[in-house]
Amino acid sequence: MNNPAISVRSLWKVFGPGGEKIPGNRELSALGSAELLERTKCVAAVRNLSFDVAKGEVFVVMGLSGSGKSTLIRCLTRLIEPTSGQVLVDGNDVLKAGVAELRELRRRKVSMVFQHFGLLPHRTVLDNVSYGLQIRGTGRNERHAKAREIIELVGLKGYEQHYPDQLSGGMQQRVGLGRALAGDPDTILFDEPFSALDPLIRRDMQAEVIRLHKDMGKTMVFVTHDLSEALKLGDRILIMRNGEPVQCGTGDDLVGSPADKYIEDFVSEVPRADVLTLKWITRPVADSTPGDAAVLNSRMIIRDAIPAVMHSSCPVLVEEGGRITGQIDRDSILSVLQPAEAAA
Amino acid sequence: MSALVQERPTAQPAAVIVSEPRRRPSRRTILLLSAAAVWILGFLVLNGTATLALPASELTDLHRSLNQFNAWVGANRADNPLFLYVFTPLRSAVDAVANLFTTTFAATATGLRLPEIGWLGTVGLLTWIALAVGNLRVALLTAAVFVFFGIQGLFVEATYTFALVLTSVLLTLLLGIPLGILAGIYTRVAKVITPVLDFMQTLPTFVYLAPLALVFLIGPASAVIATVIYAAPPVIRLTAHGIRRIPDNTREASDSLGTTGLQRLLTLQLPMARRTIVMGINQGTMAALSMVTIAALIAAPGLGQTVIRALQSLDVGTAVNAGLSIVLLAIVLDRVTTAASRRAEPGAARSRRLGRRTRNIILGVALAVVLAMVQLSRTMLWAAAFPADLNVGPQIVQAVNAASHWLQSNLSLFTVSLREGVTGAILNPFQSLLTDTPFYILVMVFAIVAYALGGWKLAALTTACLAVIIFLGLWSDSMVTLAGTLVATAVVMVLGIVFGVAMGRSDRVDQLMRPLLDAGQTMPSFVYLVPFLGLFGATRFTAIIAGIIYAAPVAIKITADGISGISPTVVESAVASGSTPWQVITKVQLPMARQSLALAANQGLIYVLAMVVVGALVGAGGLGYDVVAGFVQSSIFGKGLAAGLAIVFLGIMMDRMTQAAAAAPARSIPSKTTA
Repeated sequence: MNNPAISVRSLWKVFGPGGEKIPGNRELSALGSAELLERTKCVAAVRNLSFDVAKGEVFVVMGLSGSGKSTLIRCLTRLIEPTSGQVLVDGNDVLKAGVAELRELRRRKVSMVFQHFGLLPHRTVLDNVSYGLQIRGTGRNERHAKAREIIELVGLKGYEQHYPDQLSGGMQQRVGLGRALAGDPDTILFDEPFSALDPLIRRDMQAEVIRLHKDMGKTMVFVTHDLSEALKLGDRILIMRNGEPVQCGTGDDLVGSPADKYIEDFVSEVPRADVLTLKWITRPVADSTPGDAAVLNSRMIIRDAIPAVMHSSCPVLVEEGGRITGQIDRDSILSVLQPAEAAA
Repeated sequence: MSALVQERPTAQPAAVIVSEPRRRPSRRTILLLSAAAVWILGFLVLNGTATLALPASELTDLHRSLNQFNAWVGANRADNPLFLYVFTPLRSAVDAVANLFTTTFAATATGLRLPEIGWLGTVGLLTWIALAVGNLRVALLTAAVFVFFGIQGLFVEATYTFALVLTSVLLTLLLGIPLGILAGIYTRVAKVITPVLDFMQTLPTFVYLAPLALVFLIGPASAVIATVIYAAPPVIRLTAHGIRRIPDNTREASDSLGTTGLQRLLTLQLPMARRTIVMGINQGTMAALSMVTIAALIAAPGLGQTVIRALQSLDVGTAVNAGLSIVLLAIVLDRVTTAASRRAEPGAARSRRLGRRTRNIILGVALAVVLAMVQLSRTMLWAAAFPADLNVGPQIVQAVNAASHWLQSNLSLFTVSLREGVTGAILNPFQSLLTDTPFYILVMVFAIVAYALGGWKLAALTTACLAVIIFLGLWSDSMVTLAGTLVATAVVMVLGIVFGVAMGRSDRVDQLMRPLLDAGQTMPSFVYLVPFLGLFGATRFTAIIAGIIYAAPVAIKITADGISGISPTVVESAVASGSTPWQVITKVQLPMARQSLALAANQGLIYVLAMVVVGALVGAGGLGYDVVAGFVQSSIFGKGLAAGLAIVFLGIMMDRMTQAAAAAPARSIPSKTTA
């Protein structure tokens, strides 16, 4: 991963009086959150977090409420001032940036979509979308032209002169998305953008984000508490608990080899066949398997492999990079489809 | 159903506490009862001793030295650097602005009779402004009311008052909006400003006047400065509130796009707070009108002066005529600023019938017509001074006088017996309880009550306030004022509870009453004196009745809001367990609205105090009389100033005591004694 878009190194955010002393203090920084609150009246929302986000990647930060994920995403552009650590955006340390530099970063490089939209109620959709451009001093005609383009892109054509309170929740979030896109930033941060929407609209919006990501190739950091959303959107997922990282990896890494009991509980409800690839169930090739059996790629999702395996009378071979790595059969697929029984 | 079941347990413990058979009386009750016992005993045994009474014409040394201070200020006005470089320039600047508006609309100070713009031009211009900031309805109202001023024969007085209000409001906004913005953005500024504003709002309008007259002389400049001080708090408060109220997530979203502080202010904070700011302008304007009329006591020209002169000569007809003008002016100012705040609502632009373009064309054409009217009013005599043959003022005055006469002679059985009955049965005994008890007994009683309500701190504060009053030499007058205030506040609370509960329980009653109360609250305080002067003549009783009517709307509204704010499930669960309406009111609604009731008492008391003091104009004695007399006679100026201070300390004491009663949770004290 050379030249990551965002690189976070040992980031801390401690709320409370005297919080700046805690990251450097070996004894205090090792305490659990309840003890820390007891002893110092401080809450460590982000603890010693490090990760990289590659250019063009969708990086999902996932955790339950109170896990520090929203604080983390705000620390990236210093909407919340981090206590210590490093945040590099394109190699420049955001924490060392001056006021003007930080403003420039927010205006041109990194924009954000919020859970509760944060639209300006006294402005039309057009003026909301062009708000960021206005802030950086773009002329009226130019910013309206750009905003119209974006409004069409997020599927709100015809609503330019509406006010936010005339739109449904999903449409309002499209405005929020449009506002973030209008400045043509390299990176977009999403803070639980779809949590306030009902399930059908949420599915549409997720599809919309996937489409925009494919079309525009922006780097995205996406915070959510919804595992299925994380698995659907994320190239990689970071799971947080009490401000600390628990596991970071691709979706099938998390489901296939959960790092601890916490993650295991988390992913236990996930339909594994929809997430895992064949690599997780490949066994060594048995001697009885005919050499001319069908061959599947190891990165194929298991569910997609079901018809081929079920219709084949013998086990199916699995290849990776042109090399046969093993075989799968009906039993291995069934064990994935019914994990509970398999475990028992 | 499940909600009801869940509410049960929370209602249960409360009921247990209430019905506990032999509960020891709380410490607070014991303290209050012993205070009452000390008072009664002191009154009976030591009656008439150490009352510190000071006859109306007598002065203490302090008053005399204040007189000397007044003389010193007069002598050194010309060469003291503080006056030379601060007060006098400030006064001239304010005077210049006030003169600009008075010469434009009313008349020049130099005695030139006609203003720059005659009545036709004034009516046209003001109507156009109402149209531009509001709508056609308020524009027509403005035109009708200002023409009616002419018909009343009070056009010049009304425009004087209007010009002073306009001056004051402009200066208030110039001062108040920036301060409000600072207080809205910086928590530290808000922390410094809020207690100052709280203090300023507990002061009766009256007490600003004497010190300001001392520094800035009597006249329009002092009046405007007093008004700015009085009208600024609501503007500052509401501006700050409007900015503070903006949701964090909206602010954060704007920050995430890289706004500078100034951009945030201009694109986010001001537009989103606009409606609240305009509401602040509305409240500030109403406060300004109230103060400008009272400032007639320090020689501010206008309707207030007409009313005060009429009150002093007991000319009910003239007072009613001018009072009516003030009421009408209040209505116009309220409606126009309210319409302006509607226009400022986000989304108001969408629902307008006219497009922006059409509206601008109409406004442009109207402006041309208005300019023609202005030109006409500068050249033609009939358009400059309001035609005398349209003036029916004298007839109005005569008719009102006749009616008042008729009322007083034919209703005398009712009015006189009511007045004498209440005065003899309640007012006099209570007042003598306060004035004839030795002062040291009363100080002790107040200290015990304060301790019971708010602990040592409040007891110390109360004692200090009383000590200052004694030092000012106005103990007896203060007790007279206190007696009137307490009696009136008690009545206000009864009204507040009765009507407040009715409004809180029924939406229909609420819809019926609320416009009346709103209208009552926008009226300047001393307009209330006028009708009761016509009914009851010039007595203490009149002032108290006026105070009750003036303060009741506030108390009723706060109580009603408290009652209707109780969670409906609690009331529902009480009804479901078989309570009668009376039980619901006394066992659930009133106890739960306790905080609102205490707040209503606090606000009612402050309003009553303001009015009882103003009531000196129609014969209430006490501190108010000292203040008014101090304006009139320079020989007792010092006493008036001292009386103003005494009102301040009386106000602070009663404000803090009622606030402590509101804040102290009633439950914590019994739990301490039972544990």
